[in-house]
Amino acid sequence: MPTDFISNLYVFILAGFVGFELIKRVSPLLHTPLMALTNALDAIVVVAAIIIAGRHETRLTTVLGAVAVAASFSNMVGGFLITDRMLRMFKSGRSKQS
Amino acid sequence: MSALALQQYLDFAYIAAVVLFILSLKFLSSPARARWGVLAGEIGAALAVSATLFNPEVVQYRWILITLIIGAGVGIPLGLVQMTAVPQRTALSHAFGALSAAIIGIAEYYVGTAPVTRFEMGEIALEVIIGSLTFTGSLIAAGKLQELLPQRPIVYRGQNIVSLSALAGALGLAVALVVNPAHTLLFPIMVIVALIFGVLLVTPIGGADMPTVISLLNSYAGFSAALLGFVLNSKVLVVAGALDGSSGFVLSVIMCKAMNRSFANVMFGAFGQVQVSAAAAKEDRVVRSATPEEASAILEAASSVVIVPGYGMAVAQAQHKVRELYDILTKKGVDVRFAIHPVAGRMPGHMNVLLAEADIPYDRLIEMDEINGDFPQTDVALVIGANDVTNPAARNDASSPIYGMPILDVDKAHTVMVIKRGMSPGFAGIDNPLYYLNNTLMLFGDAKQFVGAIVRELSAGH
Repeated sequence: MPTDFISNLYVFILAGFVGFELIKRVSPLLHTPLMALTNALDAIVVVAAIIIAGRHETRLTTVLGAVAVAASFSNMVGGFLITDRMLRMFKSGRSKQS
Repeated sequence: MSALALQQYLDFAYIAAVVLFILSLKFLSSPARARWGVLAGEIGAALAVSATLFNPEVVQYRWILITLIIGAGVGIPLGLVQMTAVPQRTALSHAFGALSAAIIGIAEYYVGTAPVTRFEMGEIALEVIIGSLTFTGSLIAAGKLQELLPQRPIVYRGQNIVSLSALAGALGLAVALVVNPAHTLLFPIMVIVALIFGVLLVTPIGGADMPTVISLLNSYAGFSAALLGFVLNSKVLVVAGALDGSSGFVLSVIMCKAMNRSFANVMFGAFGQVQVSAAAAKEDRVVRSATPEEASAILEAASSVVIVPGYGMAVAQAQHKVRELYDILTKKGVDVRFAIHPVAGRMPGHMNVLLAEADIPYDRLIEMDEINGDFPQTDVALVIGANDVTNPAARNDASSPIYGMPILDVDKAHTVMVIKRGMSPGFAGIDNPLYYLNNTLMLFGDAKQFVGAIVRELSAGH
């Protein structure tokens, strides 16, 4: 078994626990923005897509990489945008009057 | 700068991005500071993307720049959709995320710099299967939510056997590829079978189960990105994927608990077919209905009102009229709160977003467990477009398909008023005994128009 796999597994398990603990603390009030935000963070696969598209190896991999860049970058831009729009709408009764 | 040193700078940029991603989720635990979370995430993402552009492996920028612009061109409109369209937008973004993860895995398979080892083959195959099935599954979910496809569960005999054999087929092809990675022809077949399985998986699931399905697809999309991180040995993908995957997983568990069902039951149980038996007994029960005038008089005389919104409110786009009702009743000294069931609507938190959009302060939106004890002291419970989440059969009728599901105890309020188009059963096709209770008044009509009529009555009363 490659050593890379083992170190990635460590990271995966630790990040999974961190995620679990953080998400548990998010109020159900914000579950929709939460899903939009994690979606935008997940769009970081765009970095892998950029490398595939930019390596310029074969026409097939460049096309696949380019499609992946467009798909994931649209998630990144759209995800952050809509999360912010949603969060701006949440106002408490006190802040509304002031 | 030597290549090694550059690689280290890139790694530091990725580590910073990962820290910012974790902080981003941490900020979300407080509604007041949640917007900082978006900022942290944006900085992290910008850092990681710009660092990647300096990666020495990137030699050709033309397609990257073109597709980044296309991505932004698609993403900005998708970030500006109406709040009522948020569920389908979310499903679509799961599809995009899974598509890019699957595609990168496929590209990595065809890069062919070195022959893939069996271990790498296994990683790639698993990653591509999960990515592909999540892609088509999410597209079907988005189609159902956009009502391009029927929202009712589509079922046929032997369905689960067909679906599970598709999954077994994809996994079998993956095993064959691991045993002999030279069988390159099997790879595209495996991808196609996985794509088909995604369609088969989500097609039979009804709209009322969408909160769970959308969360599960969220989790699959995350885990496929994490697996891609394994394939490419990229820790930033492993972390971001693990965060997204665990988030979707936690949400699916919450949704399942709120429906008292298991994952397996949601995915393979095709709700809404059990109804024929219950239909016979309801002939001679009486329903009392009321006009907007009567309803407004009752609301005006109340000192505490709890409004229970559901998917019907979203469909009728009634949230702004509901805000007017909230304003006018609050002005008259009535204590108005909203009771939010975790699975009300089509995705986790759906009702909260709609009501926040209509400018209702979030401290008036109360979760089920917190508000349920207050219903016996509540003068009026006003149900707007919610059905199954108020069905007392879930508490006291062991033969009901939703028996055991936690519900909002609206029937314990002194008066219950239900705005509903007609007496047809709810989405899951389950009859609701709430409508025949002595303390229940049915308000027949479109949610938006009816609430509007009540508001007019209340403002004319002065």
